[in-house]
Amino acid sequence: MVNSRFIQSLEPTVNKDTRSGFGEGLLEVGKRNKNAVALCADLTGSLKMNAFEEAFPDRFFQVGIAEANMMGVAAGMTIGGKIPFTGTFANFSTGRVYDQIRQSIAYSEKNVKICASHAGLTLGEDGATHQILEDIGMMNMLPNMTVICPADFEQTKQATLAIAEMQGPVYLRFGRPKVPVFMRSDAPFEIGKIQTLMEGNDVTIVATGHLVWEALKAAQVLTNRGIRAEVLNVHTIKPLDVATIVDSLKRTGCAVTAEEHQRNGGLGSLVAQAAAAHFPVPIEHVAVNDSFGESGKPAQLMEKYGLNSEAIQAKVDAVMRRATVIS
Amino acid sequence: MTSAPLPQIASQVRRDIVRMVHGVSSGHPGGSLGCVEILTLLFFEEMQLNPDAFDMDGIGEDLFFLSNGHISPVWYSILSRRGYFPVSELATFRKINSRLQGHPATEEGLPGIRMASGSLGQGLSAAIGAAQVKKLNDESTTVFSLHGDGELQEGQIWEAAMYAAHHKVDNLISFVDCNGQQIDGPTDKVMGLGDLAQKWSAFGWQVHLCDGHDFAALREAIAAAKKTRGNGKPNVVLMKTEMGKGVDFMEGTHEWHGIAPNDDQLASALGQLEETLGDY
Repeated sequence: MVNSRFIQSLEPTVNKDTRSGFGEGLLEVGKRNKNAVALCADLTGSLKMNAFEEAFPDRFFQVGIAEANMMGVAAGMTIGGKIPFTGTFANFSTGRVYDQIRQSIAYSEKNVKICASHAGLTLGEDGATHQILEDIGMMNMLPNMTVICPADFEQTKQATLAIAEMQGPVYLRFGRPKVPVFMRSDAPFEIGKIQTLMEGNDVTIVATGHLVWEALKAAQVLTNRGIRAEVLNVHTIKPLDVATIVDSLKRTGCAVTAEEHQRNGGLGSLVAQAAAAHFPVPIEHVAVNDSFGESGKPAQLMEKYGLNSEAIQAKVDAVMRRATVIS
Repeated sequence: MTSAPLPQIASQVRRDIVRMVHGVSSGHPGGSLGCVEILTLLFFEEMQLNPDAFDMDGIGEDLFFLSNGHISPVWYSILSRRGYFPVSELATFRKINSRLQGHPATEEGLPGIRMASGSLGQGLSAAIGAAQVKKLNDESTTVFSLHGDGELQEGQIWEAAMYAAHHKVDNLISFVDCNGQQIDGPTDKVMGLGDLAQKWSAFGWQVHLCDGHDFAALREAIAAAKKTRGNGKPNVVLMKTEMGKGVDFMEGTHEWHGIAPNDDQLASALGQLEETLGDY
């Protein structure tokens, strides 16, 4: 059963990139809060930060190709009450500057919003140097950090507005390609609260980011085959809404996790950890299996690396077989 | 705040440093002893501060960032002597459940600390960000930062230097503790820094040179830096210092970068440093 409080349409007609959701959200944050400032490391167009820069030139800071300095300057800008939003690709927002984030932002408890575009394989043709698949794991490990990975354009905009309202460091992960807009712009959005997009009792699909739409597509196909899947949208990976996941596992008895990220250290690991602690059930993972990406079109890469609706369906079949054997 | 003359305060701070490091058999006395004069001058004469009501934002106050966080003993002594927290707390330095962590941190809520430091090269960026906010908030206050000379080997320092000049952060005065030493030996041998004055100048900064143990010279450098506020240029003061200053057997060598004196060495050190404000 589709939850219409969250879902606008299961047959969306509009495709938009999540980074544009960030750009629109950031502009709105700038209008609402004069303490919001933005920094960008030479990727203003790619991050869709132009509108903020034009509207608030005094509150926009071009950093050049110097991401380590950007993180430090942003941390310093919180002293005196500003809310800095940093913008660059996910790779340069995390791995390149891990120690700066760790010491000057997370350990120092600074109210910096690390906004990261072009995450994962769907960055496409630029290839593995830019396709980070480890960022969720790195950010999730940091004490004090909140990690958010929204599902579509509308949700990325909502998330951008929401993180401006909360105190503390945030990693906001979004992407490059245009993908279906299926979430309602007025969907209830609460940081740390999973959205149950479809209800079902046969299997739980726990998805984040671009894989949420793939999970919904898979669930529709599964419905036609008589399998009722529950689809959970984990837009907040940290703090993880363990209670909602465990509650679903108790009803379905098995789960598939889906993410555009390494299997090690990502959402799948966290769900497995939560299940092991509270309600162990068979779990299968849709994720990149300990490899780097490569050049290609986003859809080609998602197919090759097994990160699409078909891959989710196959894992559902596999996990339900395992669950049947156990029961 | 004590009305003692700065040299007397400095002598007590040096006693605090060697006693703190001895008390836990751990810490960094050499660099701490070499930066006593600049911190004494900043916190007891130069800076507009509000130690009785510390808050993170520091609106209307001058701000200080210690980028070379390993010289925490000198900063902790200065902060306590300036009234940020009880002097008796210096005895907890580096011990379990202390607010005085090995390197400065905010998590334990020690008044006076606004940014964790220890992993080198990060403090200049933070100071620049804070200085830009002072401008956004229409404050005429000043932001100060302190760095080790060895620390300038970190690339982020030069990213920050480029940025500060580009964005005309002229309400910032950064000090470099030029003691010519780092853990593995003299900086010239480990990784030569070249002509630092020319380097900073080429990056668009105003460069001031002075003796880091001479209060009058430091005062003059700060005044010169402040005089040109509004010209769009950040300021760096390259202070010639001696590591281990004030304790003869620690002076001028990297050997005392990160080790503590034993009981006999402590006694010898304290014999060279007058107790002026009362030991903790």
